[in-house]
Amino acid sequence: MTLDLSLLPDGGVGWLDASGRHSDIVLSTRIRLARNVEGYAFTGRARDGERLRVLAQVREAVGSVGSLRESVMYRLDELPPTSRALLHERHLVSKELAGLDEQHPLRTGAAVFLADGLGVMVNEEDHLRLQALRSGFALQEAFAAIDKLDRDLGARLPYSFHGEFGFLTACPTNVGTGLRGSVLIHLPGLVLTKEIGKVLASLQQMGLTYRGLYGEGSEVVGNFFQISNQTTLGRSEEELLDQLLRVVGHVVEREAEARRVLLRDAGYIIEDKLWRAYGTLRYARSLTFDEAMNYLSGVRLAVGLKLITSLSVYTLNKLLIFSQAAHLAFAEGRALTESETNLARARYVRKALEGEAGSVG
Amino acid sequence: MLCDSCHERDAVVHLTTIENNAVHQLHLCERCAAERGVETTVATPKHPLGEFLHDVHQQVATSRGGSEGLRCSFCNTTMADFRATGRWGCARCYTNFEVGIRELLRRVQGSHRHAGRAYQPPMSEELERASVLGELKDRLRRAIESEQFELAADLRDRIRVME
Repeated sequence: MTLDLSLLPDGGVGWLDASGRHSDIVLSTRIRLARNVEGYAFTGRARDGERLRVLAQVREAVGSVGSLRESVMYRLDELPPTSRALLHERHLVSKELAGLDEQHPLRTGAAVFLADGLGVMVNEEDHLRLQALRSGFALQEAFAAIDKLDRDLGARLPYSFHGEFGFLTACPTNVGTGLRGSVLIHLPGLVLTKEIGKVLASLQQMGLTYRGLYGEGSEVVGNFFQISNQTTLGRSEEELLDQLLRVVGHVVEREAEARRVLLRDAGYIIEDKLWRAYGTLRYARSLTFDEAMNYLSGVRLAVGLKLITSLSVYTLNKLLIFSQAAHLAFAEGRALTESETNLARARYVRKALEGEAGSVG
Repeated sequence: MLCDSCHERDAVVHLTTIENNAVHQLHLCERCAAERGVETTVATPKHPLGEFLHDVHQQVATSRGGSEGLRCSFCNTTMADFRATGRWGCARCYTNFEVGIRELLRRVQGSHRHAGRAYQPPMSEELERASVLGELKDRLRRAIESEQFELAADLRDRIRVME
C-alpha cells in the first residue's frame, strides 16, 4: 500500500494557510483528547487481535459521525516508513503511531482517520487520540470542533470513564479531561532580546509547559515553541483552555513588544541579520534541517517586521513542512542520503523563494 | 539482580530516571553507585512522575509485600510493570490500584478529582452484551495462558450462558 495524499482535500495541511489570528507569531493551534474504548487492555498491553478489534469498532462508529463521514483512513501498519514519516512531518500522526520512535515499534492496528482539520489516531498510546488543528491562535474554534467530535464518537463507542478520575488513560499525566491544548508559536523577538528564559520560567509557574516543534521530547529549533497545559485533571476543559488562552495571549503581546524594541534599538543590526538569513536561503546549495529552520526563523521575523514584504507567511509555513527529509524524498521519488537530502532541501527552498522574489529588497 | 555497571555484585540501588517522558532504570551495586556519586538514598528526579516512581521504589524496598503482589484482574499488570513503563495496562487498573493511583494523581496532577465534563457511555443492551462477552473472552485467554484453569473453566461457563 502506498500513500495517496490526494485523497485528503487539503493534503491535511489546511492549517498552514496562515488565515488564523496572529498568524505572523502563532503558526497553529492544536487540541487533542485522549480516550480509551471500554473492554480492551490499553494499546501497550493489548494483543494484535485486540487492537484490530478496537480499530474495527472505531471504524464502524466513525462511519456514522457527521464530521468524519468524508474522512480518509490510513493504516500506518501497512505503509512504508517514508510514507509514515511524511504523515508525521505534516503533524497528522505522532512519532509513536508512525512507529518512528525507537521505543515504540510500529503496532498492528495503528491507523489514522483524517478529515478537514480533524484527526483520530487509533492505537496510539491510548486507543483514541482525537485532534483538531487550526491555523493561527484559535483555541475556542479548535475546542468547539473537537468537543463535538468527542461527543458524537462517545455516543457510539463506550469510553473508559471513572466517576472520580474522569477519562482513563494509559499514562497518569493524561487522565481526567485527557485534554492537551498546544499552541505552536514563533518567538524570535523574545530569544534575541534574551527575555525568553523569564517567559518560559513563568509558563511553568502558571501550570503550562513548552516543547519543540514536534511535541514531546523534541528540541526547540528555529525559535518555535509549543506551549501547552501541563495537567489534565482537577480543572474543567474550559478552565484549562482559558488559562492557556490568557497566558499565550500575554506571550504574543510580549513577543510583539520585543520585536518593536529590536527594531527601535537595533534596527540596522537586525535588518542586516535577517537579510543575511534570506540571502543564505536564496542562494545556498546545501542546507541541513537545523540551518534551514534557523534561517527560516529569521526570514519569518523579517516578514513579520515588514522588512520583506513580498513573501507570504503561507509560503514560509509551507517551506517549514515541505523542506523536511521525508517530503524531499517523496518529491524526488526515492530514498535520499543525508547529503542528497541537504542538496534537495537547498534546491527546494531556492525555488520557492525565487517564485516569490518579485519585489523582495 | 546483578549490577548494571560491574555485572558482578548484587544491585541494591535502583535508579529510575525520566528523560523526555521515557522511563529509564539503572540497577547498581553499592560500590558502583558510590563511584557514580549516587547516594544510597537515591537522588530525587525532577519530573513529578519520576518522583512518584522513585517513591514507589523506596516503599517497596521497605514494605512487607503491600501492593507489590497485587495484579490487575483484567490485564495482569503489576506495580512492577507500572514502574518499568510509567503506563497502566487497562481501565481496570485504576480500580485495582485505586489507593496508590489517588496518591500518584495528587502528586503528578495536583488533584485526583475530575472536574471536566461528565460522561455516560452508550448503553444499548446489544453493546453491553458484546462488551461483556468480549471482556470475558479476553479474560479466558489470559487465564489459559497463565494456567489458571479453575478460573478458565468458570469463565468458559459464563461465556456459554451468554452465547
